[in-house]
Amino acid sequence: MYDIFIIGSGVSGGFIALELSKYDLKIAIAEKSLDPANGCSRANSGIVHGGYDPIPGTLKAKLNVRGTEMMLEMAERLHIDYDRCGAYVIAFGEDDDKKAYELYQRGLTNGVEHLSIVSGDELLKREPNISKDVTSALHSGTTGIISPYKMAIASTELACTNGVEFLRAHTVIGMEDMGDYIRIDTDKGVYEAKYVVNAAGVNSAKIARMLGDDSFDIIARKGEYLILDKSESGIVNSVIFQMPSKMGKGILVSPTIDGNVLLGPTSHNVDDMYDKSTTKDGIAEAIRGAKRSVPTVNERKLITMFAGVRSVPTTGDFVIGQSKANPRLFNVAGIESPGLTSSPAIAEYLVGIMKDCGIEMSTKKTYVMNRPAEKKPRLMSQADANALIAKEPAYGKIVCRCEQVTEGEILDAIRRPAGAVTVDGVKMRVRAGMGRCQGGFCTSRVIEILARELGVSQTEIRKQNEDSKMLYRTLREE
Amino acid sequence: MDICIDKDLVIVGGGPAGLAAAITAKENGIDDIVIIERDKYAGGVLRQCIHDGFGLQMFGERLTGPEYAARYEEKAKELGIEIKLNTFVLDITGDKIVRTVSPDDGMVFYKAKAIVLAMGCREKSRPAIMLTGERPAGVYTAGLVQRLINIDGFVPGKEAVILGSGDIGLIMARRLTLEGVNVKAVYELMSYSSGLKRNIVQCLDDYGIPLYLDHTVVNIHGKDRVTGVTVAKVDEKKQPIPGTEEYVQCDMLVLSVGLIPENELSKGAGVELNPVTGGLFVDDNMSTNMDGVFACGNVVHVHDLVDFVTIESNNAGKCAADYIKGKKNEGEAIEVIPENGVRYVVPSTVHKNCDRKTADFMFRVGKVYKDARITVYDGDRLVRSFKKSILTPGEMEKIKLAQMDIDSASQLRIGIEE
Ligand SMILES: Cc1cc2nc3c(=O)[nH]c(=O)nc-3n(C[C@H](O)[C@H](O)[C@H](O)COP(=O)(O)OP(=O)(O)OC[C@H]3O[C@@H](n4cnc5c(N)ncnc54)[C@H](O)[C@@H]3O)c2cc1C
Ligand SMILES: Cc1cc2nc3c(=O)[nH]c(=O)nc-3n(C[C@H](O)[C@H](O)[C@H](O)COP(=O)(O)OP(=O)(O)OC[C@H]3O[C@@H](n4cnc5c(N)ncnc54)[C@H](O)[C@@H]3O)c2cc1C
Repeated sequence: MYDIFIIGSGVSGGFIALELSKYDLKIAIAEKSLDPANGCSRANSGIVHGGYDPIPGTLKAKLNVRGTEMMLEMAERLHIDYDRCGAYVIAFGEDDDKKAYELYQRGLTNGVEHLSIVSGDELLKREPNISKDVTSALHSGTTGIISPYKMAIASTELACTNGVEFLRAHTVIGMEDMGDYIRIDTDKGVYEAKYVVNAAGVNSAKIARMLGDDSFDIIARKGEYLILDKSESGIVNSVIFQMPSKMGKGILVSPTIDGNVLLGPTSHNVDDMYDKSTTKDGIAEAIRGAKRSVPTVNERKLITMFAGVRSVPTTGDFVIGQSKANPRLFNVAGIESPGLTSSPAIAEYLVGIMKDCGIEMSTKKTYVMNRPAEKKPRLMSQADANALIAKEPAYGKIVCRCEQVTEGEILDAIRRPAGAVTVDGVKMRVRAGMGRCQGGFCTSRVIEILARELGVSQTEIRKQNEDSKMLYRTLREE
Repeated sequence: MDICIDKDLVIVGGGPAGLAAAITAKENGIDDIVIIERDKYAGGVLRQCIHDGFGLQMFGERLTGPEYAARYEEKAKELGIEIKLNTFVLDITGDKIVRTVSPDDGMVFYKAKAIVLAMGCREKSRPAIMLTGERPAGVYTAGLVQRLINIDGFVPGKEAVILGSGDIGLIMARRLTLEGVNVKAVYELMSYSSGLKRNIVQCLDDYGIPLYLDHTVVNIHGKDRVTGVTVAKVDEKKQPIPGTEEYVQCDMLVLSVGLIPENELSKGAGVELNPVTGGLFVDDNMSTNMDGVFACGNVVHVHDLVDFVTIESNNAGKCAADYIKGKKNEGEAIEVIPENGVRYVVPSTVHKNCDRKTADFMFRVGKVYKDARITVYDGDRLVRSFKKSILTPGEMEKIKLAQMDIDSASQLRIGIEE
C-alpha cells in the first residue's frame, strides 16, 4: 500500500514527487512511457516566464511568479542549466504599444519585478536582428530559458534518490475507491494507495473521471517548432515574443539553454491528444511568424522539428487541489503554460493543500538535497579531464560527435535513479543525438551501450515507448 | 597549464584520405606524423562498404571497401606511421593546436607544424529535407543502416521505403534485399538519379526494385514505430502535386538524401568553407586559406570514387611535407571560378609556373546535360573545351589542363555550354 501514488512524470509529477519525498511517505510515480517527460514537458518552449501575462488573481499568475522565484535555487539543486537571459514582448504599431503597456501594468499587479518598456530604437541597439517595424517592447528581466525535459528528469531522479519508486511503462487504466484506499489498475498490475495525485497532462480529465470527477475537461492544442543549428546562436540574445492572444503567447524566437535557436510554436486545436506530428503548413507558419520578429532567421539551418500538445483546461485556470468528487484524489490538471515555470511552485502549493486536508507528513531524517552534476570532459581543463579519464576511461570515449558526448556520460545517465533505458532517454539526458547529424553517427553506438549496460539484446532497445523498437533482428548469433 | 606534444604533421581522420596523405608525407621525408582517428579502426567509411567496385583506378581491381582500406592501413603500419585509434579531435585552434581525447591517453594536445584535415563527410538527415510527420523509430539514414547491418550485425526493419537514389541508397536497397527485407521502392525527388549508372543496374534493376523519379515522401506515419509513409509526385518546382498522394506501408524509411563535408572542426579553426558545398576552399596544393593547414577527401568535396580521394590525398600529403621542409609554393596563383551550371571547382586557386605538365580540376554540375561541352575561359578567350555526351550531378567530373594554359591565364572560368 502506497501512501501516495502519482500518475504522470512530467514536470508536475516530478516536482510533486520531489517535494513529497521530504516526508516519511511511501510514494510511487507511474509513467506510461519508459522515461519521464513523455508528454507536454518534453515538447514546449522551455521558457521560465516572468509572470506578466496571466490574469491577476488566477492560480496561473500566483504560481508563475512564485515558480520563477524558486527556479534559481531549484536549478542549482538539480544541477540543470538555467539562464535568465530576459525577454522582450515586441509591439508593431500603436495598438500593440498599448497592449505592451497593459502587460506591463498587469505584471506590476502580479508582483513581477524587473519590467520596463523600451523604445523600438533602444531594442534595436540591444537586439540588432529584430524587425525594424518594431515600435516598442516590454522587457522582462526575470524571464529565462531552461531545458524542460531535464527539469522533469532531474526532479524525478532526485525524488527517487529520496526513496520514491519510479514505475516506468505503467499506464493507469482504471481506478476504484475501496473505502479506505484507492485501487489502481495499470497495464502492468494492480496497486493500492491511500491517495492519488493525478498529474497526467492531456490525460488528466480521463484519469479524474476514473474516480467520478468530471468537473473539468481538457482541450488538446498543438504547437509546432523548429530548432536551428548552434551556428545560428546569437541571432537573438533574449527571448523574443509577439503580443499574446487568446490562443497563447504567439510565435517566439529564442535561444535555447543548449545554444541552439528555437522558433515556434503554432497554436491549433487537435482532436487527437497524442498528435505530436509536424506538418508542412505548421512549420511554414512557424517560420513566417518567426520572420515577422526576426526577418533574418535562416530556416535552412534547421536541425529538427517537433510538436507538443498543450492541455488547455476548460476552466480557464490550473486545476490544482483535492477533488470534490473523491477526497482521495488530488488533481494537478490543465497545466498549460506557464506550467513549466510554475512546476516547483505547483508542488509546494499542492503539498500545502494535502497537509491542510489532514494528510500526515513528518519530515524525514535523511533527505538528499542535491542531484549530483554530470561530468562533461569537453568542458574540463586538461588536468581535470585526465584525472577523470584515468579513473574512468569511458569519459575519454566520444560517442556523439556533434555534441561531443562521452560514453562515460551515457553510462552515468543509465545508472542514475530512474535512469535512461531508451535511445531518447539518453538523448534527453546527455544530448547524444541532439546535434546537427541527429543521431546518424551515434545511434548504433548508443543502442550498443544501452544493451550492454541493461543486459539485454540490442533488438530490445527502444526509441521511446514500448512499441518503438529500433532494430528488428540480429544477423549473428549473440 | 596545458601540456602540448610537438608534431611535424597531425592528420585528422584515418579514412582513405588521411591514410594516403600520411603515407605520401612519410615517403617525402616526414617522420614525425600522427593520424588521429575516432573510430576503433582506420579505414573510415570504407569499413562498412562491403560491396566491391573500389580500386578500379588505383589497382585495376574490383576490391571491397575493407580490402581497399586494408592496403593503405598495412602500408601505413609498414612505414611505422603512428595511428591513434579511439581518439577524437575536439577542436583545432588557429595556432595549429589540436585537442584530442581518448580512453587510453586522456586529453592530449598536439602542436603541429602542419595539419591535414581528412574528416570525411556525414549524411544529411530528416530535417535537412524538411520532412514533416510523426517521429517514430524506423527512420534511418542509409549510412546508419549500412553500419547497423555490415558492422554491428542487425537488420533494422522488415519492409523498407528508400528516399533518395544516391549511391548509398541504391547500395542499401540491394543490401537490405539480400537480408530478406522487402524493399518496396526507391523514390527520387529529381528527374534523374544522383547515383552512378552501374549502381542503378546492379542494385535496383537486377532485383526488380522500382525507382520512381519526380517523387518524394510527404508524410511519415506511426506514433512509435513507422507504419507507413505517404509519397507523392512532384511538379517542376519540386512541390508535391495534390491528388497524387499514395500510402505505402512499411516499418522503415531509409534516407539517402545527400552528404555534407564534416567541417565543424575546420570552422572552429577559422578555415574558410565553400558555402555551395559546405566543403573547404583549397588551392592546387590542397592548402586551405590557413597557413600550414591542408585538406583532402570528402571533407573538401564529396567524391563518388575512393580512388580519386586517394589521388587527391597523395597530393595533400606531398604538399604538406614540402611545407614542413620549408619548400613553400610562393609563385603567383590565379582563381578558378565555376560558372554556367558548374556548382563548384576544386581547386579554387591554381599556381602558375609549376614544375608539372598538367593540373587536375574536379567539379559537379547542377543538372543533367546531354551532348554538351565543358568550357574553360580566361576572360573572353576560350582556353579549352571538352565534348561530353552526358553530364549529371551524380557523377563528379574531372578535367586536366596543361600547365602551359595555366601559365598564360589570369583567371580560369569553368562552365558548361549546350
Ligand atoms: C507548445 C507548448 C509550449 C509551452 N511553453 C511553455 C513555456 O515556455 N513555459 C512554461 O512555463 N510552460 C510552457 N508550456 C507548458 C508546459 O509545457 C506544461 O505546463 C508542463 O509541461 C505540464 O507538465 P505536466 O507534468 O503537467 O504534464 P506532462 O508533461 O504532459 O506530463 C504528463 C505525464 O503523464 C503521463 N501519463 C498520461 N496518462 C497516463 C496514464 N494513464 N498512466 C500513466 N501515465 C500517464 C504522460 O505520459 C506524461 O509523461 C508549454 C506547453 C506547450 C504544449
Ligand atoms: C556509404 C558510402 C558508399 C560508398 N561507395 C563507394 C563505392 O562503391 N566505390 C567507391 O569507389 N567509393 C565509394 N564511396 C566513396 C568513398 O568511400 C569515400 O569517398 C571515401 O571513403 C572518403 O574518404 P575520406 O577519408 O575522405 O572520408 P572517410 O572515409 O569518411 O574518413 C574520415 C575519417 O575521419 C574520422 N574523423 C572525422 N572526424 C574526426 C574527429 N573529430 N576526430 C577523429 N577522427 C575523425 C572518421 O572517423 C573517419 O574514419 C562511398 C562512400 C560512402 C559514404
